[in-house]
Amino acid sequence: MDRFDFQLAEYQQETLRTQPLTVSRLTQQIKILLETGLAPVWLTGEISNFKRHTSGHFYFSLKDEYAQIPCVMWAGRNRNLYFLPQDGMQVLVYGQVTVYEKRGYYQLEVWEMQPAGVGALQMAFEQLKQRLRAEGLFDEAHKVPLPPFPQRVGIITSPTGAAIRDLVSILRRRWPGMRIILRPVKVQGAGAAEEIAQAIAEFNAFGDVDVLIVGRGGGSLEDLWAFNEEVVARAIFDSEIPVVSAVGHEIDFSISDFVADVRAATPSAAAELVAPDAAEVRRQLQHLVHKMQLHLQRFMQMQRERLNRFVSSYGLRQPLDLVRQRSQQLDDLQRRLLLAAQNRVQAWRQQLNAQRQRLQALSHQSILQRGFAIVYRATPDFEPARELVREAGQLQAGDPIHIQFAVGSAGAKVEKVTK
Amino acid sequence: MGKKMTFEVAMNRLEQIVQQLEQGRLDLEEAIKIFEEGMALYRQCQAQLQEAEKKIETLVKTDEGFKLDLMEVEA
Repeated sequence: MDRFDFQLAEYQQETLRTQPLTVSRLTQQIKILLETGLAPVWLTGEISNFKRHTSGHFYFSLKDEYAQIPCVMWAGRNRNLYFLPQDGMQVLVYGQVTVYEKRGYYQLEVWEMQPAGVGALQMAFEQLKQRLRAEGLFDEAHKVPLPPFPQRVGIITSPTGAAIRDLVSILRRRWPGMRIILRPVKVQGAGAAEEIAQAIAEFNAFGDVDVLIVGRGGGSLEDLWAFNEEVVARAIFDSEIPVVSAVGHEIDFSISDFVADVRAATPSAAAELVAPDAAEVRRQLQHLVHKMQLHLQRFMQMQRERLNRFVSSYGLRQPLDLVRQRSQQLDDLQRRLLLAAQNRVQAWRQQLNAQRQRLQALSHQSILQRGFAIVYRATPDFEPARELVREAGQLQAGDPIHIQFAVGSAGAKVEKVTK
Repeated sequence: MGKKMTFEVAMNRLEQIVQQLEQGRLDLEEAIKIFEEGMALYRQCQAQLQEAEKKIETLVKTDEGFKLDLMEVEA
């Protein structure tokens, strides 16, 4: 520095001293310097001292190992964030350094923010999941089993697209008698979540369905996002009607899946969960009827056996024995009666014989023995006819007669009759 | 729930009847009576399985409440 320069510097120093800047002026200069000198930046760091003011603005610091910078994200900017920033979170932000004149400090005004590493949607998903889980929305205790044979199913999905076609064709094939009631909704884009939540509430107000299927076909995480929104989760939780969540493909899990009574991997799977297989039910029904018939037969058999057991029971055996004894007695009596009768007949027979003998003793033979003879009329060759001759008058001279002696007989001719 | 017994109620009743018969604690008259009831339920369920809905309806909210509109969907 030469002499002139020194004098100039001294003069300037003097001027600065005699005409000092105001705080505002200096701050103004710093502000212009910083805000025009530094282009908008992408900055990465860890969030600390995060505060969400009632106005909706976010206030926090971003820091690394050696330094930190205050940050602000206005409500108008943070409204579209999918996630809620938290202390300790590594984020990537885009913004502009500004100076807050009132407090005399610089800060980064954040225009965009995303979690470092994972995507913002993923982060939001995890956060909502954690929060709702902590609140108990996913608890098994709240889950209601699906009706086994629904008569009406309510479907909340887009009226166009593969999901509704798959749902209808599978429901029809498996359970043909079921009524299908669709509440068409927008399943992606602005307002989709609110529409879906509204549809769930409307079905509950309508009341006349047994089960709800809420879902859509596959798509990107952004496409499926409506089903990760809190308003949908709460509507599902509040639903009195059991809800099946069927969002995207096998690998996609959504918040609605966790809060629903049943998660189906795809809309087609939802249809299979909701609709019983009519063929299977028919088999089941036949099995039941078969069992019923079998049991009735067995029951009848049992009754018969019971009856038999009853008949042969001790209580009944007593009178039965009496009957048997009586019957035996009767048989005995009959036998004795027969015997007695036979004996009687025998006796009679013997008596009869005796009488006959006595009779015989009195017969003509014994008279003949005493020397009498019997005269019969006889045939010409002297064979005896049956006519006894008691009176001489019965005969005429010349009649053949037969004379019976005690021993032997003789033929004779009447010579003379004396009356 | 309509006038007709729902399929579920009918199936449950049928199960119950099978169990009652299984236990065999009924008198004969009762057994035959519930058997006949069971057969009637069976026929009713069979009939319900034959029925096929063709239409699809859409739920529409109106000022008075809700109405169901028919909707064309190629299945």
